[in-house]
Amino acid sequence: MMHVTAPGLRTLVQDAGRDGYYALGLPPSGALDQRSFRIANLLVGNDPGAAVLEFVFVGPAITFERDTHVAVTGATVEIAVDGVPQPLWTRLRVLAGQTLAIGPMSKGSRGYLAVRGGVDVPLQLGSRSTYETIGFGGHEGRPLVAGDRLPMGPSADVLASDTGAPSLPEELRPPLSAHVEISVVPGLCHYRFTADSVSLFFSTTFTISHEANRTGYRLTGAPMEFESRAQPFGAGDDPSNVVNLGYPLGSIQIPSGTEPICLLRDAVTGGGYVTFGTIVSSDLDRFAQLKTPDTVTFRQVSFEDALAMRRRAQSELTQIARLLGQPPHESTVPVEGELP
Amino acid sequence: MLATRSAHVLGDLMTKPTYIPFPADARLSFGGDEFIFIELSEDMRIAQALAIQSLAKTLTNLRVPGVIDICPAHASYMIRFDPDVLDLDSFLSQLREEHERAVSADLTTLSTRIVDVPVLYDDPWTRETLLKFRDRHQDPNSTDIEYVARVNGFASIDELAAAHSAHPFIVTFPNFVPGNAESVQLVPRDMQIQAPKYKRPRTETPSRSIGHGGAFTNVYPSFGGGGVQLLGRTPIDIVDLSQTRPGFEDRPVLFTAGTLLAFRAIDLDEYFDIRSSMEADTYRFRQAELEFSIDRHTSDWRGYNVELKEALP
Repeated sequence: MMHVTAPGLRTLVQDAGRDGYYALGLPPSGALDQRSFRIANLLVGNDPGAAVLEFVFVGPAITFERDTHVAVTGATVEIAVDGVPQPLWTRLRVLAGQTLAIGPMSKGSRGYLAVRGGVDVPLQLGSRSTYETIGFGGHEGRPLVAGDRLPMGPSADVLASDTGAPSLPEELRPPLSAHVEISVVPGLCHYRFTADSVSLFFSTTFTISHEANRTGYRLTGAPMEFESRAQPFGAGDDPSNVVNLGYPLGSIQIPSGTEPICLLRDAVTGGGYVTFGTIVSSDLDRFAQLKTPDTVTFRQVSFEDALAMRRRAQSELTQIARLLGQPPHESTVPVEGELP
Repeated sequence: MLATRSAHVLGDLMTKPTYIPFPADARLSFGGDEFIFIELSEDMRIAQALAIQSLAKTLTNLRVPGVIDICPAHASYMIRFDPDVLDLDSFLSQLREEHERAVSADLTTLSTRIVDVPVLYDDPWTRETLLKFRDRHQDPNSTDIEYVARVNGFASIDELAAAHSAHPFIVTFPNFVPGNAESVQLVPRDMQIQAPKYKRPRTETPSRSIGHGGAFTNVYPSFGGGGVQLLGRTPIDIVDLSQTRPGFEDRPVLFTAGTLLAFRAIDLDEYFDIRSSMEADTYRFRQAELEFSIDRHTSDWRGYNVELKEALP
């Protein structure tokens, strides 16, 4: 078992997500920075989709009741085992009775703690992810509190892969900049915006507001304008209203033409505000590490570009898995190119 | 590679960066690398919404490898796919055929249910919440229900409540969070209650609030953000993903696509009575199965609505 001695600001059990229930209004949830999450698992010899703890801004303190291996990835944060500082992105040995304490973050906004064997809370609809909006999944559907005890999945104490690299090389860790460029495929209700507004969207800088959580990030920036039309029946009178429609994960809606909202893995699955386009899935990892008042600019890409970006990200993860001594994960995508 | 094989389908997309034309004036675009989004019309049409539901059922039954979700909406639908698995070219051709078939088919009946939904209109909980968000509303000096009554030409909120509960609604878009389902009233367009959404969405909405935005009424199953006008609150719970509570044995949500909702005005006493029995798990939903006839709705909506409500136990 792992014993939560301090919960951190908001710490949730997350995994690769709960796919297949979008039509029910149930988003996938899961780790917002999937790349950091998968690497944390690879470092400790887990299946890359095993459940971990995701924390924001201030991490938890966990006392382990058996010897194990752990790794902390994602945001830059100070960590210590029984008061002794330890490196991030590294497989760490923790003994029964020892406490891993995760301090405040200096860069990024989300960190991941993987333990060998995974966090073994019950599967709910095929996933251990927490969907906090309705208190579902994870550990009792809620953020951890002091005193919680979480089961760890069974695993051998020493694995063959423990001979692999124990640490992710610096150059493969995310830069966690306070400004990022994010790729967007225009589409959905993009036709509602004037050509000038579309150009503005792709040239202006937006700021992450304080309303930024696992459901979505609200941004502030230049206002967008709409093509004039008689509002269609059922949409509502505001020019940013549409007859309610589905919101893809990563989609960007712009209520009243101001304050774009980018939906993340706890997305609402639909609604009635005009949508502009969708962030490429592999860019959501970097996006989810932003926090107020970080800034973002958007780059227009085609659907084909998006697929190519996805393949590159998968191929890089496959190579990281090899580097860390793990068998290639479930992806069937062939490896392309070399690591940077 | 996938992208190369898709080149002929995507040729248009490269020059006109966003939309691929689809049968019956629909347009297709991609939501990033994992979603297909197809909009049939910008306006709401009840018959078209039922055709979209029928198409969604057909597509779901095809069980195409790599298709993760099929999400029908009022005038559009969305498909989530795994580009590593799905054969996109062949799926898009299949989709085009099924889409064309669904929009040109003559639907006659729909096997569904009607459910009684008790509502305390102008309840104290939603009123307290909405007063916190007046700066995001079109009319900071009214409550939501006063505003909706006025812009729809009703002399009072009681008149609005009467119109809202007089004729049943049909669910055409389950979305947002589990259990939430948007429905349209089975009356002609000129009788539909319409309202804009908030200028900027609220960050709070009480669970079980009755919302109305555009021409659609929804019940918010759980506490959370929201952007539509708040008209009241129901004492009944409408979602149980654990499926352990009475009434949820067969499905985790009470309102599925096609379900008919008969809203009924109640007072505070009845609200508390139903709420107590709901919390004690002794409440039984008032509902009945029926065949909804699209022809009857078209030829005599008023008389047919009376019959539909009489089906309730």
